[in-house]
Parts: sequence; structure tokens; C-alpha cells
Amino acid sequence: MGPEVSDMSDLETPEARIAPTPEREGDTVRMNMIQAINSAMDVLMDRDPDVIVMGEDVGYFGGVFRATAGLQKKYGKTRVFDTPITECGIIGVAVGMGSYGLRPVPEIQFADYIYPALDQLVSEAARLRYRSAGEFTAPITVRSPFGGGIFGGQTHSQSPEAIFAHVSGLKTVIPSNPYDAKGLLIAAIEDNDPVIFFEPKRIYNGPFNGHWDKPASNWSKHPAGEVPTGYYRISLGKAAIVRPGEALTVLAYGTMVHVAAEAVREAGIDAEIIDLRTLVPLDIETIEESVKKTGRCLIVHEATRTQGFGAELSALVQERCFYHLEAPVERVTGFDTPYPHSLEWAYFPGPVRIGMALKKIMKD
Amino acid sequence: MTGEPSRANLPPLSLHVPEPKFRPGDAVDFSHFDVPPAGEQRRPDTAEPADKFHDLAFTLVRVLNDDGEAVGPWNPRLSPDKLRQMLRYMALLRAFDERMFRAQRQGKTSFYMKATGEEAVAVAATMALQRDDMTFPSYRQQGILIARDWSLVDMMNQIYSNSADRLQGKQLPIMYSTKEGAFFSISGNLATQYPQAVGWAMASAAKGDTRIAATWCGEGSTAEGDFHSALTFATVYRAPVILNVVNNQWAISSFSGFAGAEATTFAARAVGYGIAGLRIDGNDPLAVYAATEWAAERARTNQGPTLIEHFTYRTEGHSTSDDPTQYRSADEATEWPLGDPIKRLKDHLIKLGEWDEERHAAQDLELAEQVKAAQKEAEKNGILGHGLHQPLDTLFDGVYEEMPWHLKEQRQQMLDEEETSGRPWDRK
Repeated sequence: MGPEVSDMSDLETPEARIAPTPEREGDTVRMNMIQAINSAMDVLMDRDPDVIVMGEDVGYFGGVFRATAGLQKKYGKTRVFDTPITECGIIGVAVGMGSYGLRPVPEIQFADYIYPALDQLVSEAARLRYRSAGEFTAPITVRSPFGGGIFGGQTHSQSPEAIFAHVSGLKTVIPSNPYDAKGLLIAAIEDNDPVIFFEPKRIYNGPFNGHWDKPASNWSKHPAGEVPTGYYRISLGKAAIVRPGEALTVLAYGTMVHVAAEAVREAGIDAEIIDLRTLVPLDIETIEESVKKTGRCLIVHEATRTQGFGAELSALVQERCFYHLEAPVERVTGFDTPYPHSLEWAYFPGPVRIGMALKKIMKD
Repeated sequence: MTGEPSRANLPPLSLHVPEPKFRPGDAVDFSHFDVPPAGEQRRPDTAEPADKFHDLAFTLVRVLNDDGEAVGPWNPRLSPDKLRQMLRYMALLRAFDERMFRAQRQGKTSFYMKATGEEAVAVAATMALQRDDMTFPSYRQQGILIARDWSLVDMMNQIYSNSADRLQGKQLPIMYSTKEGAFFSISGNLATQYPQAVGWAMASAAKGDTRIAATWCGEGSTAEGDFHSALTFATVYRAPVILNVVNNQWAISSFSGFAGAEATTFAARAVGYGIAGLRIDGNDPLAVYAATEWAAERARTNQGPTLIEHFTYRTEGHSTSDDPTQYRSADEATEWPLGDPIKRLKDHLIKLGEWDEERHAAQDLELAEQVKAAQKEAEKNGILGHGLHQPLDTLFDGVYEEMPWHLKEQRQQMLDEEETSGRPWDRK
């Protein structure tokens, strides 16, 4: 698993807006996901004076997860600044700054806090291009830590990606490792449409395979922890095959890529694991090709089940691969409850839940 | 086109980004900070309309002076017994916070938030309310429960998410909820309780009830839209509600300037909405008591809402996840010009001849023992992550009043999964 098996054609040169520096700058260093995200913003702020970073505690302090550490010192207070605590205001102001011609990267401190900004995202940012005949756009990238596994209770653990994937005009991106996080964030910031960029906070410091009772690992031993210091991008809308296989296709993103990989390893099944990386626009070709080859499909996400993104994936696979399917498409998800505090690991779709689904789908 | 030539001579605009006066390592000097003398602020009759005392939104109502005396028209003239009770509650709150902060550091729970330095805000206000007046707190008003003699063990059970936690381990530690304590379920999201408090108060008024509501939020949270919606409803319907803004200067790493404090006061928010506004010394328990008593009387006589800005200081970090030495000067807490609320009330009682240092020290020891005993009791019910959780299937309780088929199915799936996993916690 890691960048060496992803499609290297993803590493393409930037489009016209920014003066091209096509070479993938040579040096790589070990980074965790926070550092990679920080590096993405740093690299782009250096290249483009219109990129600005804003959000609660992102300035002097450098963010509660340290993702913006050092940026204010380097680029000044008018390009990296703290904001009042109003998510609606943060996104509305970002839309306004975007309409002026800046490229704002607002941070919402936790995805669980994003709801006051829904009107600005759903009714405004997402539709501005459509309703103004392209005269006004919202080239904003909303970064937000999401997902559980840190005993954060119901207000620091949610995975609301399906809400945003449902909205026409928004793109939704979720990286699963430091290398992808940097390349995808650069592509997201350079994108001229609004992007929701959810960062799985459980894997900020290391890949998490779902075994909460075992020692945590960090990115230093993982190939995807090797990150170029310079500019590179991973195009939005391109999935990565993190494990090629023949027996079935597993669709996952974020933390669940690692948990699914562990379950597959434990089950000893030759699964093909696809890291979607971008939910909208979705890399349907990679999915279709894989499922037509394997004939079986398991979808894994941490978010609640009903109307989760897995429902959309399941419908798409059924529509496009029906005659190739040898078993019903299965979903493994979080339960349809608020995220609990003490029973976090009973809620979390870990290797056991995935393993049971793998067994079922291979039996059919 | 017509604008082009004339623009050439215009000076370039510049963006103002607020900056706090002191950062880590800076020597702190609060001499610029003008503390109005205690006792000098007038106390309007509670029947006076809100637009007759706008000046009170821009000063600091203070009762306790530097000599430990209670002075001026806002002096609530409390009995020595009541003053001692207030002191005891505040000291108990501090002892409770110390112990639970340490419990988090010992890995017994995931999270904790202290109210150190702002004990007066919740304790004194609660003492000025009726026991059944409804409170809609933010996450730093555990003093309400303390001042309502709520069980410390019950609070700790919630903090530990243990088997006796009434909230079934579903909420983050310190996000208490008790209807019996007239204490609304705390949300982790900010200012959501503000319009809810107004709604509760409107309902009480519509029903001809006699109970009023009180709510609290931090100065940082006044930026949220919910705060402004609440003020609009409160003024439109003259809701019998007390709207407390706890201005403790810091919202995690963002100083109050990021909520607008460079330009005006938070009590001044009331002025624009036509609400009675008071700005008070939040480290003066008697000022907090008096202001709340006054606001409660206005609410009970259908004079409508009052917004009270409690000017105070968050002595410690935002939570156990925060390290304030990274963004503010450590000297701020020690140099804070309004002192410590517990010390100020203690000095006042000593001045009255109703208290002494020996009794105070003995009380601190006694309270520490009380908290320790409660902790021992609570830990019999378990601590977070050590196997004594709620029964697993409670995970699905309370999503709806009646459980729909899909949750029943998922519950069974979870129980099957637990059988397969052989996990080390209680199985039902």
C-alpha cells in the first residue's frame, strides 16, 4: 500500500493559472499527515499570493491540530489569520474573498462544527458559478478534520461527507495518507470550484488499522509517509488501487482504507482495494473496471449507513456492473446512531465487522 | 471606466487583523486597563426601560473594593451565612476541577474543562436564581450544579462515562444534563443553547408560568449566528431570560478582539437589540449575584431580557487538549487586575469578621477530602476504557423514542460482531 502502486500519471503539471514548475521537486522527507497538509499550503502560498488561510485558531497558534503552524509567521497576518467563531461567517467571507479573486483556504476546526455554514456552502458557494453564468465563482477549499477514533464524542467524531457529496457544485475529497493529502490538497486549492477537503484525524499521526487495543503506528515506517517537499498534485477524481487483487473489490476512503486492508490481510483474501480519494467527481472508470474483473464489491465507510455515500456507490455498481456481479454488493458502515463516547469501538466499523462482511460476500 | 483616473490618487486600503497585547514571554502590563471604582455605578429601578441606562453596558458594575468592602447601590447585602455558602461553593468547584483535571491526566477519562478564575460567574448567578429556574449552560458552568448541591458522584460518573453514568456514556465528559437540576443538556457546539433558552423562556411566558431561563456563552461564541438570533427573538417577545456572556478574554488561542472587543464591549451588543445590558466585574461574586438578581426581577415582572457581560479571565487552558503557554503570556493570569473571585470573597468575609485564614485553610482541606471521597465512590462504577461500560446495546437506545427496524437489525449485527470479536468488555 502506498504511492508506489498508485497511478503515477496522477502527478501531472498544474494547469494554466499558476506559472508552471513542472518538475516534481526532487527532495522528499518523512512527513505525517499534518505536516504534509501544512506543506501543501506552504508550497502554494509561496507560489500564489492569492492563496490565503483563515479559520479559528489557525493564525498565531497554528491550528488546534497544528496544520497551519508557521504559516502566519512566514506569510503575514493578512494572508493567514484567525477568525471570529462563526462557521457561517468563515465560509461566507471566504466566498466573498473568492469573488474578489483570492483563493481562500478556510479551516472548520472540526467537521462536526460545519453545519452553521451549510447555507453558505449549499446555497451560495456551490451554486455561484451556475447562477452567475460563470462570472462569479467560489474557488475555496474548506479543510476540516473529520471522523472518529479519538474519543471525541458526538461533537468531534462525525463523518458528514455524504451531505456534501449530495450537493451539486461541491467537490468532496478525502485523503488516506500524507503523500496523497499533500498532492490532493494542492489540486483542491488550485481547483476553481469549491472543494470540501475532509482530513481523517485518526490517521494524522499514523495509519490506523482498526485495532484500537494495539500500539499505534506512525507514518515514519509507511511508504506514503515519504513526501516530496516541493510542488506536486494528484488530480481530483482519480482513485488509487492500493492493493491489486482478483477475488473482490473493496471501495474505501480515508481511515477505512487502512482498516479494510487489515481485514483483507487477516482474511487472506486476494481483494482489490480501491482508495477513492475523491468522492465527487468519482473515478467511476477505475471502480467499474475493477468490479467487472472481480465480480464482487464491498463498500466500507465510517459514516452512518442510511443515505451514506456507500448507498450511491452501491447503486452505481449495480447499474453499471450488474451482469458481472456474482454476489450482492455489501456495505460496512458506522451504525445509524450519533457517535457515542464510551462505546466508540463498538460503533467503529473495525476489522471484525469488515471481516464478517468479507466472509459473507465470498460465500455467496 | 469613469472611475479609473480618480482612483489613481487614492491611498491603498489595508486590512486590520487584531493582535492581543501580550504573547508568550512578554511582560504583562495592565495599566492601560481602566478599572472603575467599586460602588460608583448606578442601579436603575428594574422597571426602567432598557434605553435609559446604556452607560451600564460600557462600564463595570463592581461591589467589592480593593479593601474587601462591599459598597454602593449594587451591594446585594447578603447575610454572612449566605456569603460563606457562596465561598464554599466556589472553593468546592475549584477543588472538583483540580481533581478531575488530574484524573484526565492520569488517563481515567478523555477530556476535562476547568472553570478556574471564573467560579463566581456560575456559582453566584445560580444562587441569585430560583432552584427551578431553567439554565442553558455552555461547557464551563459546572458551578451551576455545584451551587444546586448536585451530587459530585453523579457528575464524576458522567466524566468517567462509567456504568452509573445517567447519560449512558454517550456524551463527551462534562457535557452534563439533568432535568431535575433544571440544567439543559450541554452541547459541544457553540451558542446553540442561546436561542433554546429564549424559546424555553417564551414558552414559560406563553403558559403563564413564573419560572425564567438563564443561559451562558463565552465571548468568542457571540460571533455565532445563534447568539444574534437569540437576541432578536428575546427582544421581540420580551422573553423572560438572562443572557450571560462570559468574557474570559480567550477562546482557545483567539483573544476577545476576534469577537469584536477592540471596537466595543459585549454588553453593548444588548444596546443594538434594545435589550437591557450590564457589564460587570465577573470576578466579583457580589456583583454577579446583584446583577443576576436585578435581571431576574426584570424578567419576572415582564420587563424582558437582560444581557450581562461578565468580565473575567480564563486562568487555565481551554481544556485538557490545550496548552495556553503556546499563545499567551503566562503573566496574564497573575497580573489580572480584577483578582481572584475566591480570594476576593474570602477577604470580604474576613473584613466583616465572619471568617479567617485558619477556617479557610481547614475548609479547603475538608473540600479536597469531600471531592476525593466522591471520586473513590464514582470510580467504583468504573473509569473510561476499563471495561465497566454501559451494556453494549444501549448504543442504540435513545436515537428515537421507538426503535425502527434498521436500528434493530444493526443492534443485532453489533451483538453478533461482539461475539465474534471476544472483546474484553461487558457483553449483554
